[in-house]
Amino acid sequence: MSRASIALNRFGYGLAYGERPPEDARRYLLRQLDDFDPAPAAIAARSVSRGKTGETLRLLRSLRAKVPEMGDPAMTDQRMTDSAPQSPRAATLAGLPPEYRQQLTEARRVMIDDLAARTNLAIASPAPLVERLVHFWGNHFSVSVGKPGTQFEVGPHEFGAIRPHVLGRFSDMLKAAVLHPAMLLYLDQFQSIGPASTAGQRRGRRTEVQGPRGINENLAREILELHTLGVNGGYNQADITELARALTGWTVPGIGPIGRFAAAQPSGAAFVALAHEPGARTILGRRYAAGGPEQALAVLDDLAAHPATARHIATKLARHFAGDTPPESLVARLEGDFRMSGGDLASLTRTLIEAPEVWLPGPLKFRSPFEWFIAAARLSGIERLEPQRIARVLGELGQAPWRAPSPAGYDDLAASWAAPDLLLRRVEVAESIAQASPAEDIVARADAAFPAALSESTRTMLKRAESGRQALALLLVAPEMMRR
Amino acid sequence: MLTLLNRRTLIAGSLALGVGTLALPRIALAQASGTRNLLFVLLRGAADGMAMLAPVGDPGFEALRGATLADYENTPRISSFFALHPAFVEIGKATQAGEALFIHAAATAYRERSHFDGQNLLETGGTAPYASKDGWLNRLVGLLAESPRGEVPRALALAQQVPLALRGEAPVSSYAPSALPDPSADFMARVAALYEGDAELAGLWSRALETRAMAGNDKRNSLRDAGANGALVASLMQGPQGARIAMVELGGWDTHANQRGAFARSARQLDALLAAYKAGMGEQWAQTLVLVATEFGRTAKLNGTNGTDHGTGGAALVLGGGVRGGRVLADWPGLAESRLYEGRDLAPTMALESVLAGAVAEHFGLDPAATLARLFPGRKGKPLSGFMRA
Repeated sequence: MSRASIALNRFGYGLAYGERPPEDARRYLLRQLDDFDPAPAAIAARSVSRGKTGETLRLLRSLRAKVPEMGDPAMTDQRMTDSAPQSPRAATLAGLPPEYRQQLTEARRVMIDDLAARTNLAIASPAPLVERLVHFWGNHFSVSVGKPGTQFEVGPHEFGAIRPHVLGRFSDMLKAAVLHPAMLLYLDQFQSIGPASTAGQRRGRRTEVQGPRGINENLAREILELHTLGVNGGYNQADITELARALTGWTVPGIGPIGRFAAAQPSGAAFVALAHEPGARTILGRRYAAGGPEQALAVLDDLAAHPATARHIATKLARHFAGDTPPESLVARLEGDFRMSGGDLASLTRTLIEAPEVWLPGPLKFRSPFEWFIAAARLSGIERLEPQRIARVLGELGQAPWRAPSPAGYDDLAASWAAPDLLLRRVEVAESIAQASPAEDIVARADAAFPAALSESTRTMLKRAESGRQALALLLVAPEMMRR
Repeated sequence: MLTLLNRRTLIAGSLALGVGTLALPRIALAQASGTRNLLFVLLRGAADGMAMLAPVGDPGFEALRGATLADYENTPRISSFFALHPAFVEIGKATQAGEALFIHAAATAYRERSHFDGQNLLETGGTAPYASKDGWLNRLVGLLAESPRGEVPRALALAQQVPLALRGEAPVSSYAPSALPDPSADFMARVAALYEGDAELAGLWSRALETRAMAGNDKRNSLRDAGANGALVASLMQGPQGARIAMVELGGWDTHANQRGAFARSARQLDALLAAYKAGMGEQWAQTLVLVATEFGRTAKLNGTNGTDHGTGGAALVLGGGVRGGRVLADWPGLAESRLYEGRDLAPTMALESVLAGAVAEHFGLDPAATLARLFPGRKGKPLSGFMRA
C-alpha cells in the first residue's frame, strides 16, 4: 500500500465519494485532529442522558407485579431490540399493556436513531481517523442494549462520555464512561448496595424484602480487567471487592424508594449516599479515605495513571492499527507516550501517526464489518440511508453497534471477521448499495481510493464489468476493500 | 444412598458405579469416524452448574441457595442427591432414557474468573489464555483426518463468525440465516473470479457457497430461536456432504442479578435446542455425541442482587444415542464453607478437558491419551472413560 492509501484506509475509513486523495499523507492525518468536531449539530440533542431509565424500571416492576403470567418482561425487552423485520417483536408487543408498549417502542426508535446518527457522522466525516478513534474507545468501554432502559442511554454514552474525550485525557473518559447510566445499568452497578450502608442495614432487617440487598461486583471487575489494568494487571479478588464497595451508591436516577435521596451527578448518573458502603478502602495497596462519590473517582484517577493501564491501552491501540500481533516496538512507543503525557490522547494519536510501524506497506488488518460498511458507504456516494435500514444491515453484517456479545466489546482480530458467511453478506450488501449509488468512472474512483495500490486483477475485473453499477459492487468487495 | 456421598465418592446415579470400573477400551469396536457426528454446545457467560443440576441432597445447599429450593421440588432426580432444573424437560427425558450423562464440580485448568480468558482457554485448549491460536475442535478435525481411514471431516459453526474453538488450520465453515436479498448469479461468478488470486478470500468464498447451498430451504432470517437452531444444525449434518462436526453457541448465562428468571430462560433455550437437534438427527442419533460445556461455574452462594458471580467448578452434559447416561459423574467436593474453593465457589474436582477428550476419543475410536495430548496439551490428568455404551 502507498502512504496515501495507508492514510486513507488504515488510519481512516477510506476515501469519500467526490474526495481527492491526499497529497501529503501525514499532514492529511494531523489536520484531522483540528478538523474533528466533538459536538456536531447532528448529535447536539442526543448527547445528554435521557433520564428515562428510572421510569422504564418502574414500569417494568409494576408490570411484573400486575401480570406475572406475562413471562419475564426483561425478555420482552430483549426481543424489542431485535432488528429483524419478521421478529417476534410484533407478537410480543401486542400482548403488552399500552404504557409499556409505548415505552418499548420509543426506546427502540431512540436507539436506532442514535445508531444512524453515529453511522452517518462517520460516513460524512472530514476527520475519519478521529471517528475511528471514537468507535475504538466506544468499543473499549463497550455497552450493550438488552437490559431494560439501556436503549435510551447507549447513544448518549458514546456522544456524551466518549466522543468529547477522544483527544482529551484518558482519566476523564474513564470516569465519564464507567459512571454513565448506560454502563451502570449494563454491568448491574445501579442496584449494588453496601451491606453496612443505611439502605443495606434496613433491607437486612426486613427478610421479606425482594430485590437487591448487597454488593454486585460486576462493574468493578470489568473496570480492572477491561477498562484499565488489563487481565494480568496485578490486581486480585480483594481489589475487585474493595472497588465494588467504593462504587456502591453510584446508580441511575429515579429508581426505587431510595431514589428520593439521589444526588444528581454530571454524567446523568446519581449518587445515593444511603447505599454507599461506609469506611476507607484499600485498593492495589493504596488507601482511600471514607467518603461519598469522590471515593470511586479517586480510585479511577489512580487506575488511569497506573503503568499497567498504559501497557494495556497501548497494546489495544497498536493492535487496532498495526496488526493482530502488533510489533513490540510500537506498543512500547505508545506506552511511553501514555505515561509521559499522563494519558493525553491527542498526544497518543500524534505518536501513532508518526510511528513507522503503522506505515508498513501491509495490508495489516482485515476490516471488521462495521469498518467495511462505513468505507463502502463513503466510497459509493449512496444517499442518506434510513435509520432502520442501517440498523438492519449492520446486524446482518455481524457487528451492530451496542450489541457486542460481552463487556469486552467486539474482537479486533481477523480470525473473528474473516468468516465465510460474513463475506457472503458483504457481497449481498455491496450489490444492494451499488443499486442506489452514482456509478460513473468506477476505475478512476478505485484508483483514487487506493492510490498506487490497486491490483491489476481487480482493475481487470472492474473494466470487464457489464455495467457501472456492477463495477461499483465489485469494487466494494474487492480484496483492497477487505483489508487495510 | 446418602451415606455414599462423602467427599471423594464418585456418584454414579442409578447404576452406582465408580468411574474406575467404567473404563473399558472401546477402540477395537469403533467404527470409521466418517459415520459419527459430534455437536459441541458452548454456553457462553458461565452457566451456573448448581442451578442446572442442583445438589439438593447436600446439607449445605439450603444455606447457600435456600431461596431456589422450591424450584426443584418436583423435578427429575438423579440418585436423590441431584435435581434437574425445571426447565430441562427434554433433557430430563433423555436422562431417564439413559442418554444424558451429567458431569459436576468440573473445571478447565483456568482458575481466575474472567469470562473472556476462561472461554479462550476452553476453546483453544491451551493451559493459559491466549497461549494457543487455534481451537481444540479444529485440531480434532486434523486428528480425524490423520486416522487410517480418515478423510477431512466437514466442520461447521452455526454462527456468523467462526468461534475460536473451531478456528485453525483445518478448513471450517460458518452459517447463519440471513435476511439479505440473494445476489445475482452473474455477480456471484464475478466475485469468484475477483478472488481467484487471493487464497484467503477464495477459500472463504467457496466454503460460504457450499454451506449456503446445503441450507437452501432454510426460510429463517436470524439465529434467535434456539429450537430452530437445533433443527437447522441437524439439517446441515445430513448426508455425505453434511458436516460431521458442528458447534453452536448459546449465551445469556451471566446471571449476576435476579438469576431465577434469566437462568430459566436460557435453560429452556438449551432444552429446546437439544430436543430439536435430536429429533432432526433421526436414526443418526445413535452415532451422535453432544457435548455441552461452559467456561466456569458460579459462586455457590446467591449474591446481594439475587444472582451469582463468577466462580470455578461447574457442570457439563454429555448426550447422545450411544451415551451411557442417566448418571452423574462427579467427585463431589461438598458445600460446607471449608470445602468451597477460596471460600466462595464450588470446588473443582474433575478436569473438564479429561471429560471432553475422553468422550471424543471413545466416540470416534481414537487413542484417548493421544487425543488428550493433541486437543488439550500439557494436562497432567488422564482422559476419563466409560462415557459410551459398549
